[in-house]
Amino acid sequence: MNKTVNQKAWFFVIPVFVLVAFNAIIPLMTVVNYAFQETFGNNVFMWEGTRWFKQIMLSERFHASLGRQFLFTFIILFIQIPLGIAIALTMPKEGIGVPVCLVLMSMPLLIPWNVVGAMWNIFALPDIGFLGHSLNALGFDYNFTQQIGDAWFTTILMDVWHWTSLVVLLSYAGLRSIQPAYYQAAEIDGASRWAVFTKIELPKMKKVLTIAILLRFMDSFMIYTEPFVLTGGGPGNATAFLSIDLVKMALGQFDLGPAAAMSLIYFFIVLLVCWVFYTLMMRNEEKS
Amino acid sequence: MSLELKNVEKKVGLDTHIYRTNLKLQKNTINILLGSTLAGKTTLMQIMAGLDKPTSGEIWFNNENVTGMKVQKRNVSMVYQQFINYPNFTVYDNIASPLKITGVSSDETKQRVGKVAELLKLSGMLNKKPNELSGGQQQRTALARALVKDSDLILLDEPLANLDFKLREELREELPKLFENRDCIVVYATTEPSEALLLGGNTATLQEGKIIQYGKTLDTYNKPNSLVSAQVFSDPPMNIAKIKKSGDQCSFLQNNIQWKTKINIKDGEYKVGIRPHNITTYKEGNNTLEIKGKVLISEISGSESLIHFTNGNLNWVSLSNGVFQKNVGDEMNLYMNTDEFVYFDQNERLVSNG
Repeated sequence: MNKTVNQKAWFFVIPVFVLVAFNAIIPLMTVVNYAFQETFGNNVFMWEGTRWFKQIMLSERFHASLGRQFLFTFIILFIQIPLGIAIALTMPKEGIGVPVCLVLMSMPLLIPWNVVGAMWNIFALPDIGFLGHSLNALGFDYNFTQQIGDAWFTTILMDVWHWTSLVVLLSYAGLRSIQPAYYQAAEIDGASRWAVFTKIELPKMKKVLTIAILLRFMDSFMIYTEPFVLTGGGPGNATAFLSIDLVKMALGQFDLGPAAAMSLIYFFIVLLVCWVFYTLMMRNEEKS
Repeated sequence: MSLELKNVEKKVGLDTHIYRTNLKLQKNTINILLGSTLAGKTTLMQIMAGLDKPTSGEIWFNNENVTGMKVQKRNVSMVYQQFINYPNFTVYDNIASPLKITGVSSDETKQRVGKVAELLKLSGMLNKKPNELSGGQQQRTALARALVKDSDLILLDEPLANLDFKLREELREELPKLFENRDCIVVYATTEPSEALLLGGNTATLQEGKIIQYGKTLDTYNKPNSLVSAQVFSDPPMNIAKIKKSGDQCSFLQNNIQWKTKINIKDGEYKVGIRPHNITTYKEGNNTLEIKGKVLISEISGSESLIHFTNGNLNWVSLSNGVFQKNVGDEMNLYMNTDEFVYFDQNERLVSNG
């Protein structure tokens, strides 16, 4: 049979290409444009090469906010993943409790970010907030607007409150998909509750937990709105995570070149960590 | 050794899953629970194992009341329809898992796992993880786990249902061998009559939570005590028709086909059950009574051909040897073996099996 070469099918790709161009390629290339040039407005650009990248990579301010960012993300993953699994394990498996728990769990996820920040700001105010006032009344010297430790504590508590539900819902879905026969088989073997958790539940939840960790990593690594409303990055720069620092540089100081370079570095860090993590987690799955 | 269910009943809310049941299983027997989905096979097995408690009634094992005793304390193994293995363990560790918990020495474990792995043709894959195996091998691993610990009671809940046809045939032929020379009671649930016939032993036919009949597999097949039992133990489904007997003459009420019978029952109206393989598309041996049929569906299963046909209000299936196809709507002659007819009274109890 004679095959004729026909490339017309490529036209079908055009709508997708246009869409992706507008929502990803064009904005990203604009940033790339700024990252390699200096501008004084009026569309006057001067080539700067990799100068901004070198400046950012060597800047102590960037190292500090990157360090804070990793520390924050690490802490919230360390709390939210085990806590989420633990809550999912204790949730009811049948009856009226299921929808009640699911709705209660979903509530924090439905609240807009800036509202969460504002809520916690008021909640934690040392003089009039319920949390802040109570802590002080109990004898703790608590003031998240002035003390670094308190600011971190409040930010982490807020994020745990806001996002642990996501881990719970994903873990719960993972747990529910385990066939009852697995539990029976373990019961027949006389396996302990801990053995059931480590030998059946955890391995069976592996994929869904990978997704949960990836989502929580990306979200927390790019966190902006909630700490911006809660602490504004303060006291000082104590809670100025990467995105808060980036916005300060871009819109506060109007250093568009370095800010653009920082955006790209930021983007590649997220991409790299996700890729490495996913590859490691799925390495054994690929074999089968 | 024996397992006895005494007046066992299981209710969940208002639903009765198992109606009052009495059953005694003897040692060194294979006992088949035969019934369609939701007949109560799984519930019954879970009660036998101790995974589930009966609402009322008692379970006795070796003349000891074990009702409510935890499954870990009973020496039981179970194989499921789904391939249940520990996902992170190798095949070796999976097979060894029941032994580890009971504290068998590592030398003995090694020897016993090796033996059972050889029996189930798993020797070459002891270091693999379950998800690297085919479905058949995964189920062999689960079987090995059940066989390795010398259980008193081995329960198999439709173990072949999730396998493809070839693997099912292969494993099905090996199964009776696996249970030979084992000092235990085997209970095997299946929806397929052919599996029951192949495994032999005893068969209990179940429907809607009731045990209809229990006895030697061939007896249950040949002498169904009721129409329901006969239907459960027939695949494709048994053909049924109303008949009238007067003297030694019988005839279908639907048409005027008549035949002579030697059976000794009162004159009157009865129901007759005819297994599909007693209706063939060719005249052969005792398959001589002719019936006209219009082809509804024609299908081939293995080396046999199924013809669904109608005759008046009758809607029947015939099963013949050989592979052939008929056109839908064709009129054709089929031949029945009247010696194999099974007669039931108006209450659907067996009156004569030919």
